[in-house]
Amino acid sequence: MKRYHGASPLERKRSMPAWLTKPSLVVGVVIVVAVIILALFPQLIATYDPIATNTLASNQPPSAEHWFGTDFYGRNIFSRVIWGTRIDLLIGVLGVVIPFIIGGLIGLLAGYYGGVLDSLLMRITDIMMAFPFTILVITIMAILGQGLINLFIALWLVGWMSYAKLVRSEVLVLKDSEFIQAARVAGFSDARILFRHLLPNVISSAVVFAASDVVMCMLTGASMSFLGLGVQPPTPEWGSILNEGRTFITFAWWETFFPGLFLAVSGVGFSLLGDGLTDFLRTKGR
Amino acid sequence: MIPVLFVVTILVFSIIRFIPGEPARLILGEKATEQAVAALTEKLGLNEPLLTQYFLFLKQIFTLDFGNSFTYQMPVSELLASRFPVTLALTLMSTVISLVISLPLGYFAGVHKDKLGDQVVRTTSLVAISMPSFWVGLLLMIVFALKLKWLPAGGWADTLPEQFRCLILPAITQSLMTSALLLRNTRNSVVDITRMDYVDFARSKGISAGEVRSRHVMRNAMISTVTLLSMRMAAMLGGSVIIETVFSIPGIGKLASEAIFGRDYAVVQFVVLLFAVLVLVINLITDILYSFLDPRVNL
Repeated sequence: MKRYHGASPLERKRSMPAWLTKPSLVVGVVIVVAVIILALFPQLIATYDPIATNTLASNQPPSAEHWFGTDFYGRNIFSRVIWGTRIDLLIGVLGVVIPFIIGGLIGLLAGYYGGVLDSLLMRITDIMMAFPFTILVITIMAILGQGLINLFIALWLVGWMSYAKLVRSEVLVLKDSEFIQAARVAGFSDARILFRHLLPNVISSAVVFAASDVVMCMLTGASMSFLGLGVQPPTPEWGSILNEGRTFITFAWWETFFPGLFLAVSGVGFSLLGDGLTDFLRTKGR
Repeated sequence: MIPVLFVVTILVFSIIRFIPGEPARLILGEKATEQAVAALTEKLGLNEPLLTQYFLFLKQIFTLDFGNSFTYQMPVSELLASRFPVTLALTLMSTVISLVISLPLGYFAGVHKDKLGDQVVRTTSLVAISMPSFWVGLLLMIVFALKLKWLPAGGWADTLPEQFRCLILPAITQSLMTSALLLRNTRNSVVDITRMDYVDFARSKGISAGEVRSRHVMRNAMISTVTLLSMRMAAMLGGSVIIETVFSIPGIGKLASEAIFGRDYAVVQFVVLLFAVLVLVINLITDILYSFLDPRVNL
């Protein structure tokens, strides 16, 4: 008698990675991977030292020598933009990962246990929501002072709330469902119920939000540097390169165009990824 | 709302008191003499007990006497009164542009779900959401102000029509992300609502397509749009800090960033408070709008 090993041809066809069939998701993944490569290995791609000045080559338009032109100090903008990827990606990723973990944990506990923790969470978010996001970040930056570390602290202080609220609302829906009751009846510890049973079921909406939040963090970080509050020159960062180039906008468009282009394309990449992820999780759920 | 406002005043009050080091020294700079620092600390009332300081702060709020701006050498209340209408005009103009763009396109995309038009509209809006506003603003400035010379590149004018022209580019920039978000939201609502039984029922009663569209589909789609719009108006008020800086427009956003750089804490405090009050007012208006759109909602 013939026996089948593994999946049947039909099953194998069905199990082809579903995400490959979504073009927007593929484009998103390609852009995001490219951004990560730029951030990891800028020295292999950049043609010049990003902070080396050259007064003889001030404000030069794009050419074969300087692909994106040079800035006022004669620095090669292509190399500055490539090196800038590292800091901007770091802002996007760290600005999301820490709030994701802390906010998610708070949401999980607040939703599951309710009580004081829950009402405290809701009151804090009510009050913080009274301030526009940018104003909140700017005010915290004003208190702490300029710089990358303070930018992170500001993003963390503001960012965790969305995750806490998202996870909390999902936990509230699920915490009295049958499989959680069954786990309780079976005598599992709270920790096990929270992390093994609830967490995997409530995390997907937070993951989807995180992908779009990376874009928000990168944009906010770059805006703060653009205003002069975040990363300080000469450190290459897209927002601060843009800010320096703004002075010469009347004749040197390349100093503002290219760093913004990189920021925009990376943003689109993460948005497409998030959008595709939403579709993917939705179809998978059904 | 009142308790939230109360806690907001405590938070805003804390701003200047949270700053590490002596605020007076930060305002006056490194080279200031001890006497000058002590005098300013006294003048700012920072020597009083915290509770007394807080009540003085509340008194300032209720009497609308916000003290003097250190950089501008004029009362903060006058400064805010002259700057606020500019930001209000900018925000309203951006809102109008966003609605004009997003509602028809969102309806169009929703009705033609998954067709080519829908795909194009959705992809464009996704790109628009991911754009840094300050970059888009600068690009618009390069094209429409510096190259084509149709509109002013920034700054402010004396006459009303000229001021309106000054606001066009910033308002378009500001409305970009809001339009995109509203569009996606309207599209999704329209998709969900056209599937509803009551829409089929309305059609089967013989109500004209136009009336089904306006009375049944769009009206219900507006409910979530209004929620999102109120959130976006708050976000646009915050975004005014960046847009007004890019276009050198003298609104409260630019004032906020200038005050932060100039360590003009009297201004910082009351600008932040003003922003918070504005957001609360927007939320209040949203709640009132709900009851118009959805008769089931009672205030």
